[in-house]
Amino acid sequence: MAILITEKTRVIVQGMSGRIGQFHAEDMIKHGTNVVGGVTPGKGGERLLDRPLFNTVREAVEATGAEASLVFVPPPFAADAIMEAADAGIKTAVCVTDGIPSQDMMKVKRFLKRYPADRKMRLVGPNCAGIISPGKGFMGIMPPHIYMPGRVGIVGRSGTLGYEAASQMKALGIGVSTSVGIGGDPINGSSFRDILELFEADPETDAVMMIGEIGGPQEAEAAIYARDHMTKPVVAYIAGLSAPKGRKMGHAGAIISAFGESAQEKVEILSAAGITIAPNPSAMGETMSRVLSTRRAAA
Amino acid sequence: MDIHEYQAKEILARFGVPVPRGGLAYSPEQAGYRARELGGNAWVVKAQIHSGGRGAAGGVKLCRSETEVQEFAATLFGKQLVTKQTDANGKGVYRLWVEGASDIKQELYLGFVLDRKSERIMIVASAHGGMEIEDLAESDPNSLRRMTIDPAVGLSEFQARELAFQLGLKGGQIAQMVNILKACYRAYRDLDAMMVEINPLVITGAGDLVALDAKMSFDTNALFRRPEIAELRDRSQEDPRESTAGDHGLAYVGLDGDIGCIINGAGLAMATMDMIKLAGGEPANFLDIGGGASPERVVRAFRTVLADRNVSVILVNIFAGINRCDWVAQGVVLAYRELGLTLPVVVRLAGTNVEEGRRIIDESGLPLITADTLEDAARKAVATRQKLAA
Repeated sequence: MAILITEKTRVIVQGMSGRIGQFHAEDMIKHGTNVVGGVTPGKGGERLLDRPLFNTVREAVEATGAEASLVFVPPPFAADAIMEAADAGIKTAVCVTDGIPSQDMMKVKRFLKRYPADRKMRLVGPNCAGIISPGKGFMGIMPPHIYMPGRVGIVGRSGTLGYEAASQMKALGIGVSTSVGIGGDPINGSSFRDILELFEADPETDAVMMIGEIGGPQEAEAAIYARDHMTKPVVAYIAGLSAPKGRKMGHAGAIISAFGESAQEKVEILSAAGITIAPNPSAMGETMSRVLSTRRAAA
Repeated sequence: MDIHEYQAKEILARFGVPVPRGGLAYSPEQAGYRARELGGNAWVVKAQIHSGGRGAAGGVKLCRSETEVQEFAATLFGKQLVTKQTDANGKGVYRLWVEGASDIKQELYLGFVLDRKSERIMIVASAHGGMEIEDLAESDPNSLRRMTIDPAVGLSEFQARELAFQLGLKGGQIAQMVNILKACYRAYRDLDAMMVEINPLVITGAGDLVALDAKMSFDTNALFRRPEIAELRDRSQEDPRESTAGDHGLAYVGLDGDIGCIINGAGLAMATMDMIKLAGGEPANFLDIGGGASPERVVRAFRTVLADRNVSVILVNIFAGINRCDWVAQGVVLAYRELGLTLPVVVRLAGTNVEEGRRIIDESGLPLITADTLEDAARKAVATRQKLAA
């Protein structure tokens, strides 16, 4: 099962004919992802990577039954591409694009709320590495060979730290059910909490590795969810314990960012919620290993 | 991207916010001339730097004569003004703003920011503005009024009115405040701001509302569609190393340690800094080479890190996804040749094209120290540094 993507998920790539889009679409196909087509306005009717290209997402969905879309569209047009996917009935969109204006994302989030629950699109990203269910398929820019198939979910803001966690776990023989990069932007589609909910409900996931960082309220929100609603163990690492306090202009930022946004405060909030903390970025794998064996011993 | 007070005031005035009359000066003589031009018998001379806390740092003064204006201006020009919001070097003063002194009865606070929790623009306001607003936010957070704005509808008249009454305004001030709130919101929305702040927003002796200070900050991701804002960039207010690095697609922040860092991804960069500290060292910088980095960009990263004279060891830590280890390795080798590198370099490569990358490093014949894991890399960098120091 895994979450968000399996070998069956029909995937399209928005912006597939671009240099980067094509490179990664090819890699996704090579690793078994069920890529059924691409969307580039003006190139409808052409073929690329032995797949059909469409002018609009709606045409692609009608012709291929696509359920998921990977958005590789440049920043000025990315928000529009995400909304197009939502309107065409895509269930899951992953946006890799880095540099989308904040107000565009504000608009996107508001737009996604227009749809009733049964046809609301889930957005992952932007500015993220994507999602991968090892051995089944992936949508994004990660190097798939570093992941071993298994039963631990990963969710993190940073792409490269997610790779780090996966490779540390692989070295200890721990595999991954699905790894989700939620992205580093201040406004993102799915929060830590959203992804924890999916892992909690997934019968093929036994535990979750959560990788947060300084800034923003989402780790604290996830801590409360894990405490009140999760039966599966969560291990967390928060990057930025040594980061110098940012200097800013004006007072507004300091007033708005309430308690809980520094790495140290986040670690305290997560520990208080019963989450096991990996004390440093090299200890993500071994902390998970310890938590899993304690669990097994108790079972 | 930050702009100066006088630029923020010009922009906000264009949207309908009342601001005092004033003029810009690039020299003490010009400051004196501005005072004469404005008329009256009292002026406020304000250093224009990209920082708050200027008043407490001696960058703002009420002057009673043209001579006093000129004399104070002469002490400010070319000075590095250190405030509690700048680093120890402060920011250079190259422009002054001279405006007629205002008759102040009460100081309010008004800010517009992006609230990450609601993912909307939030208004923060207080009936007690001025220099102590941050302390007030800590000691009495309930005294701050907060209100989020629905992006599909914009700021509603009733919301603005409600806020005006909450702040204790009366009579004609209500309509004035509603106009100011709507103007700030339009400026924020139409120009892709990240922050609009008026502190203080004063009530004058005559009972009118005037923006005595203003700050605006903009979304760098949106500058492509705001060329008129992009033009306001003032490089004299930026750390030259950070802005030069930024021009080459590198995110760089200088720090106080001596282990230079070249890393991909902000998360991994922060984690590597955490690891260096844990191993007993101090990072000299944060540096993210970004995605798809060419060998040339890696050389540029070396150049940036080496510009810091404190650096004694360089740590390259790459976990490539959208990057390629072979390109990074080529960049490391190229940096050695082009820059005549003599400092020890620890290299850890993982991810996309790692075998090819390692082969290039191994066959280069250069005295590179290789590491397999993040921990290994941090320990080796710190150990190498300690050996040098001994």
